[in-house]
Amino acid sequence: MSKDIRIKRGLSLKLEGEAEKELVKAPRSKTYAIKPPDFHALVPKMVLKEGAKVLAGDELFFSKYTDELRFTSPVSGVLKQIKRGEKRKIMEVIIEADPEDTYRDFGKMNASSSDAEAVKQRILESGCGAFINQRPYDIVADPKDTPKAIFISAVSTAPLAPDWGFVLKEKLAAFQEGINALKKLTPGKVHLGVDASSAQYLKNIEGVELHTVKGPHPAGNVGVQIHKIDPINQGDRVWTVNPEDVTIIGNLFLTGNYIADKTIAVTGSEATNRKYFSTKIGAEVSDVIQKVDEDVRIISGNVLTGLKLAYDQHVSFFSNEVTLIPEGNNYRAFGWLPFTYNNIHSNSRTSLSWLFPNRKFKPTTNLNGEERALVVTGEMEEVLPMDVYPMQLIKACMAGDIEKMENLGIYEVAPEDFALVEYVNTSKIEIQDVIRLGLDLMITEVG
Amino acid sequence: MEWIRQRLDKIKEPFAPGKKYEKYAPAVNAIDTFLFTPNHTTQKGAHIRDAVDLKRTMITVVLALIPALIFGMWNAGYQHFTQLGGDFTFWDAFGHGALKIVPMIVVSYAVGLGIEFAFAIFRGHEVNEGYLVTGLLIPMIMPIDFPLWMLALSVVFAVLVGKEAFGGTGMNILNPALTARAFAFFAYPTYMSGNQVWVSEASSVDAISGETILGSLAAGENASYSMMDMFYGFIPGSVAETSTLFILLGALLLILTKVGSWRIILSAFIGAAVMGLIFNALPSMGVTGNELTNFPWYGHLIIGGLAFGIVFMATDPVSAAQTMKGKWIYGFLIGFLSVMIRVFNPAYPEGVMLGILLMNVFAPTIDHYVIQSNIKRRKKRIESATAQVKTAV
Repeated sequence: MSKDIRIKRGLSLKLEGEAEKELVKAPRSKTYAIKPPDFHALVPKMVLKEGAKVLAGDELFFSKYTDELRFTSPVSGVLKQIKRGEKRKIMEVIIEADPEDTYRDFGKMNASSSDAEAVKQRILESGCGAFINQRPYDIVADPKDTPKAIFISAVSTAPLAPDWGFVLKEKLAAFQEGINALKKLTPGKVHLGVDASSAQYLKNIEGVELHTVKGPHPAGNVGVQIHKIDPINQGDRVWTVNPEDVTIIGNLFLTGNYIADKTIAVTGSEATNRKYFSTKIGAEVSDVIQKVDEDVRIISGNVLTGLKLAYDQHVSFFSNEVTLIPEGNNYRAFGWLPFTYNNIHSNSRTSLSWLFPNRKFKPTTNLNGEERALVVTGEMEEVLPMDVYPMQLIKACMAGDIEKMENLGIYEVAPEDFALVEYVNTSKIEIQDVIRLGLDLMITEVG
Repeated sequence: MEWIRQRLDKIKEPFAPGKKYEKYAPAVNAIDTFLFTPNHTTQKGAHIRDAVDLKRTMITVVLALIPALIFGMWNAGYQHFTQLGGDFTFWDAFGHGALKIVPMIVVSYAVGLGIEFAFAIFRGHEVNEGYLVTGLLIPMIMPIDFPLWMLALSVVFAVLVGKEAFGGTGMNILNPALTARAFAFFAYPTYMSGNQVWVSEASSVDAISGETILGSLAAGENASYSMMDMFYGFIPGSVAETSTLFILLGALLLILTKVGSWRIILSAFIGAAVMGLIFNALPSMGVTGNELTNFPWYGHLIIGGLAFGIVFMATDPVSAAQTMKGKWIYGFLIGFLSVMIRVFNPAYPEGVMLGILLMNVFAPTIDHYVIQSNIKRRKKRIESATAQVKTAV
């Protein structure tokens, strides 16, 4: 049964540097890294010491407060280094890879005909629990919860986002098995959002409630789809999984191995080899992009929500995309004059960029202004297609007013839903960070 | 440009963090960022950002004010020369007005920006752009012969009490420019009302008909100007509020650039028209009105400061309602109350100022109820969800 979701408010940024639809096998990286900070609010506890030999699927660390939640190695090799940051916080767990992977055997299993508890245990022991995120709070799901429903969004509306139809088209069997497994985890439904491209391949997937999603970004955000399909109430738990990670879960049941395959789209105006690369989770970013200098920013993810990377670092756990854009650390004379510098996109009309709706822009990382107090009203609502008052919620988060945050719908939002709000904001406030801190406060105070 | 950039970097050296004049950095930064959009890059969150910033937004409002300001300069001279008699050219009129108005603008900016800079240094934040608009608005809504020292005092009051006392730009409750006018209006009533102050140097001549239309209507006389004159603005009044035509030009720019809320502008004009129509309908209900109630409703839209107030003051995003629905209500009530105050209280012929200030105070209340309905909707959803669970069990 297909239900349509139509989003009106939002903004699809058209940027230079889309990836060509050609799948290339990336060279095998020397090292792979799992970065605990990719899992927000996780406190990792190491199981292995440096120098230990690991198989693909062997446990590296687990969550200190939820010890069923395990994090496993994407490749086989030797645990080379545990990189620590301030206060000995574990930043990266680096594995030196063997030339060929040897997998730990979890045993094949038919997800549909198995017991729900067995399916859950299999997902957890293989480390696939890390793929399952929880709303509210946008953190790794607690296996002890029973989610109201599970949501998967195979809709690409984010700027330069990978085309999910292209990524998944060769992996449909694994995707179906992944859905079968996820279905066991919830008494509710598994909702799958598709766009025109991914619908071609995913329309025959069984056991899901299919939703055709149309409209500008952030229509592709799973949070927006949840809001339209079955909004989160206080006390609810819903889980979300990225589409390609569903295939990893599926492969676990089909083959008995934890095959951490990841497709990474290399995009952005500064990337020279803009293609889809087939690689493993935590690969070195230098294996898929050309050598770049300081004047190019490497982003693991998209330009709105991604994480800044250095050339010698590894791609983030959840990223299906690496974006290269020019750094914007240059001055612009009289940049405040309206109707000048029209090559920079603006959702307001103080730049004439809106006269060229089909033009592809080449944005830099310049802030295009300075931080100020919130003054302009109405601009945020234009890009947030939710029944939520964004400015009031942001102010409640800044003030740390828990009751107000709750009333205004903090449970329904994640930082990524506010990425466009942050983009269009005249006062250049770090809104995703404000929302994140608000959510963190809710985790500690309400849980 | 490159040379200026290098000079600036040199000048800024002693103001860098940890250096001798670190405290005064906001003042230097304000000048620097006026010349150059800084090279700051995104550090957290979204890696790319919209081209708009507060400077752009504020300058757009200043641009929107320019047509009305230029007309105001010419009209000041035009009123002066026509009332006092004699031949004059376009440039005579414009020059006369400019000589009066430019000093007012200079005083307003000098005093206001001085306070803003001082507060920025004192509080250690960057100088906010809000005053660029306020500083131009204040002279534009004062009578032409308003003494400069009174203007300066009004600016001080508006910036200190109207804005900084609440925490600066973005935190104020009342529109600062209107706060300045209200201060002047109540502190120096003889300079702000009557029939002598609206025409340049009128007090030096006896027997002048320099009354504003609202003034003469309140006195029970017919307005001596045609509707077209009122629309184009060939009438006495505060410096730049007379020409509805040029104000609407500015409104067009504000609406096209999405800087001003078309919702507030439209609903305020509707509100004023509705109130006007109600008063016009009084005779048919058996109530005899007076000159003001019988004044045609469309006339109310084009005389006095109504258009100027609605387009440039009611749309101030900080003091206006912030929610979409709230903006409709807020705008409507401004128009409605402005005409009501005009008619019911002839001692304050300019009801727009009071109408907007009153609604500024009530804007948070309007927003509160709009948001409350959103909160109620959410709570209802939770209730129905729990009810479903209960019946399912």
